[in-house]
This record gives sequence, C-alpha cells and structure tokens, in this order.
Amino acid sequence: MLDSLYQEIILDHYRNPRNFGSIENPQVIARFDNPSCGDEIEVQVVLNDAQCVCEIKFQGRGCAISQASASMMTEAIQGKHVDEVKTLIEGFQGFMMGQDCLEDDFDDLEALEGVRKFPVRIKCATLAWTALSHILKEVKAKE
Amino acid sequence: MNNLALKYRQDFPLLKQEVYGKPLVYLDNAATSQKPTSVLKAVDYYYCNDNANIHRGLYALSERATQAYESVRDKVSKFIGATSSQEIIFTSGTTESINLVAHSWGRKNLSSNDAILLTEMEHHSNLVPWHLLREQIGFQIKFIPVTAEGSLDLSQLEELLKNVKLVSLNHMSNVLGTINDVKKVAELAHQAGALVLVDGAQSVAHMPVDMKVLDCDFYAFSGHKMCAPTGCGVLWAKKNILEEMGPFLGGGEMIHQVFLDHSTYAEVPNRFEAGTMNIAQVVGLGAAIDYLSEIGMDKIFAYEQYLLELATEKLQKIEGLSIFGQAPHKGAVISFLLDQVHPHDLATILDQEGIAIRAGHHCAQPLMRKFDLISTARASFYFYNMPEEIDVLVQGLEKAKEMFAYVR
Ligand SMILES: Cc1ncc(COP(=O)(O)O)c(C=O)c1O
Repeated sequence: MLDSLYQEIILDHYRNPRNFGSIENPQVIARFDNPSCGDEIEVQVVLNDAQCVCEIKFQGRGCAISQASASMMTEAIQGKHVDEVKTLIEGFQGFMMGQDCLEDDFDDLEALEGVRKFPVRIKCATLAWTALSHILKEVKAKE
Repeated sequence: MNNLALKYRQDFPLLKQEVYGKPLVYLDNAATSQKPTSVLKAVDYYYCNDNANIHRGLYALSERATQAYESVRDKVSKFIGATSSQEIIFTSGTTESINLVAHSWGRKNLSSNDAILLTEMEHHSNLVPWHLLREQIGFQIKFIPVTAEGSLDLSQLEELLKNVKLVSLNHMSNVLGTINDVKKVAELAHQAGALVLVDGAQSVAHMPVDMKVLDCDFYAFSGHKMCAPTGCGVLWAKKNILEEMGPFLGGGEMIHQVFLDHSTYAEVPNRFEAGTMNIAQVVGLGAAIDYLSEIGMDKIFAYEQYLLELATEKLQKIEGLSIFGQAPHKGAVISFLLDQVHPHDLATILDQEGIAIRAGHHCAQPLMRKFDLISTARASFYFYNMPEEIDVLVQGLEKAKEMFAYVR
C-alpha cells in the first residue's frame, strides 16, 4: 500500500519539482494553506492574449504528496486554455474522490491514484489545485 | 528501572489491537491518553446503576448520582493539593477552563491600560481566548520569549511584568516537552501584583502537582489526557478569587434565584457549572484519579523520564534526525524532524508499521513560526509505553529514510 503512495515518479517530482519558484511579473497569484497541517502553497500564472497559460510556477512548503501534485499540475496545464484548465481541475478533484480518470492529459498525475487509499492525505494532493481554482476565479472576475 | 508498562499495560484494552497486521504502538499521548478498564467500568456502572440528573431529584437515584459526582470534587482536590473541594470547578476541559477565566475574571479585571503576559510556547487554547477578549477590551499582550533550546527566557521577567495583571503559561509544553518553572514565575508575578494562570493540560497526567507548592492562582487541565473520558476537565482557583468572579455560562444550576427580569447567582463552585454537566465523564475522572494515585504520580514521572532518556538517546543516533526542544527539564514528549522526509509523510509511513505519532503544528503555530517551521513529527509517551516500542519507532524511522533516500 505504501509503495502505491510513494511511487518513484512522485518522489522524483518531490525532490526535483518542476516549475518551482516565482515569476518576475506574475499576472495572477493565489495562496492557499491547509489550516489542519499548516502546509502552504503559492501558485503564479501568466496568461497570453488567447487566455492560455504561458507561464506557471509554484512555491511553498509541504509533504511529498502536496509538492509532487503541484509539480505535476504545473506540467499538465502548461499551454492550456483556461477552460481546459477548469475541466482538468474538476477531473483531478473527481479522480481524487474515486472517479475513473478519463483524460489523456493526466500523464504523471495518474501516479497519485494511490493517495485515494489514504483519505487524510487527499487534501495534500488537492492543495495546489485549490489554489489554481482560486486563480481561475480571479481571471473570470477580471474578464 | 521499575517498568510500569509490564504491570499496567494490560489494563488498557485498546492497546491490545493490531493496525495493518502490526501491534499498535501508540505514541500520541500528548493528544489524548487511552483508558484503563477501571475507568470504562466506572462509567458503565454509573449508567447501569446511578444515572439521574444531579442536585435536583429528591429521590434515592438522584442522591446517588449527586454523591458520585460530588465525591470526585474531593478526589480532584486531594489529587492536586487544593485547600478545599470548593475550589474545584468541573469544565469540559482545559480549553473551557481557560475561556472561563478569560470571561469571568478577565472581563471584570482587565482594562485597556493593562497588559497580560503569555509565552511564545503556548497552545492555541491559551492564546485565542485572550485575542477574543482583547477585541472587546483592548489590553496589551506581551510574551515571555523562548530560547533556542526551548526553555523560557526568564532573565527579563521583572521588566516584562510591568503593568501586567495576569500571567498565563503552560506548565509543560505539548511541543517542546519543556517543564516550566511556574513556581518561580508565580513568585515574581505576585511580587509585581499579577495573578498567574497555569495551563496544566500536559502536566497533571504525568507528574505530581501540588497547588500549595506551585502557589499559582488558576490551574486548568483536561481529563482525557489522564486516563479519564473526553468531555471532562477542571479549573482550580483560589477560593477568594473565585468568589469575586461572575458566572461564565448562564442557565440551570448556577443560579440562586431567577426572576423574570434578573437573576442572582449560586455560590462557588456551582456558579460556574451551568446546565447538566458531563456527569458520567466526571465519574470516570474520579476512577482515573484512583487508578493513577494507586500507581503513584512520582513513579509515573520517574518511569517516563526513563523512557524519555532512552528514546532521546536512540533517536539522536539516527543520522539526519534533529530533536526540536532540548530543555534540561522535560517531560516525555519528543518533537523531531527527519531530513528530506516531511512529517506528514513520516506519519503515514509509521502508521503502516502500526505506529501512531502526531505530525503538524500541534496547535502552537506561533512557536513553530518562531523557529521557521511549519510542522514537526512528535512522539509522546505514557506509563503504559514499553521500552521495546522505542525500538519499533526507530526501525520505522529507518524505513522512512530508506524510502526517501534514493531520490537524493
Ligand atoms: C498545552 C495544552 N494546552 C491546552 C490543550 C487543550 O486541551 P483540551 O483540548 O483538552 O481542551 C492541550 C491539548 O491539546 C495542550 O496540550
């Protein structure tokens, strides 16, 4: 059971997070923390005129699951239109709640399937995604 | 060393279970303790034989229930060295006890020009009630700093005490394990004209405490951390102070007379016990005190000091492990960090080995922030823990290190 949680690919994203850090001129920023554990995450995004994600970075402190999920998320939404991002967020949240994963774009994210067997850790996996959904809300509000 | 676990562990039915096919190693005693059969039986007996509402019915059953409940007041009083059982107020736990003081004493005695003094190592339950009260009254809150090793820095205490009406501090930190010199703080605070509230949530369960020796003014603790059921706790306070305090919650039992437009209030301690109390839980607290007293709090403290030393020594040998909280005078609580492994991942990995530890901020975010931490892992012991369980913990930690090692 543990091996399904801490797959090699997850530990790899944890140790070598992709798109970690901050953007010089971010367009939208969202911070989110999990009050029950104190872990925190910040996601920064720049969109192009066509409303596609052209740059995304995250930073923060957290467990292997939250960091790996954030890292995979930044890869998965790179270049995507905000509407696609929204679908992906919903797809991932559904996936964590036990739904089958239908999207082709899930790639590495499939490795997080093991988290579903650890209900208390699902919040870790969705931390960055919740921050990202705040970003989308802000983008919509600005429109 | 007199291994108390050999003799007493069998009294705790819950500890006999397996988790994921491994024997349960319960090391989250700072969060709550397990319950011995005698306590479970006492609660069961009460419900099967004596259950009625107290202080009300003029019939035998109600008298027995009242007697069962009130006799615990005497037990608590003797257990903590109070002068009289009238100084014992039953609450739902430490949190309610502190809120009671903030509400009933603070509201009346603090004003916007005053200050209160807390410490940087307080549990949220000794911070938030004061934040709430300050929103209404507007006093200043000052803090006794914590040193790098995790002790209170009392060097500036006299200066800090200027203008202070109340000092409120924990007896033992639930994160660092530090046992604070509350007697000394009380002495200096009294010289400066301040009263002292002690959060005893972590201490009463693990060491002998005597109100006459400590000479503080208020002392708060929870039943559930000392083998009693959840939902019962105590506020002790000096009687003359209690008598000057107004009620906390309003309702039945705390009144003398009620008219349509006003009420008069009952004497101490009933004034502070509104509505139907957690009677069965209080009865359980009485059984827990009997149980602990029979073992002897001095023996419990000594055995846990032995576990602390052993665990500290073994954990320190693990490469990459650092212990957070190295005060010379500590209880059996060890917070630690393991390089490269986040405390949550650690807790999940240990759980698979049957080991229950705590990971997080332990309701002490300001303390964590001061040391630039978000969370730590914490192992906390009780007298029913066996030395062998420390070895299981060490093996679990080695396993976690291995799992995370190859990514370096
Ligand atoms: C030092 C300290 N104070 C206060 C509390 C609060 O106790 P309770 O939740 O029983 O009210 C705790 C327990 O978590 C504690 O460790």
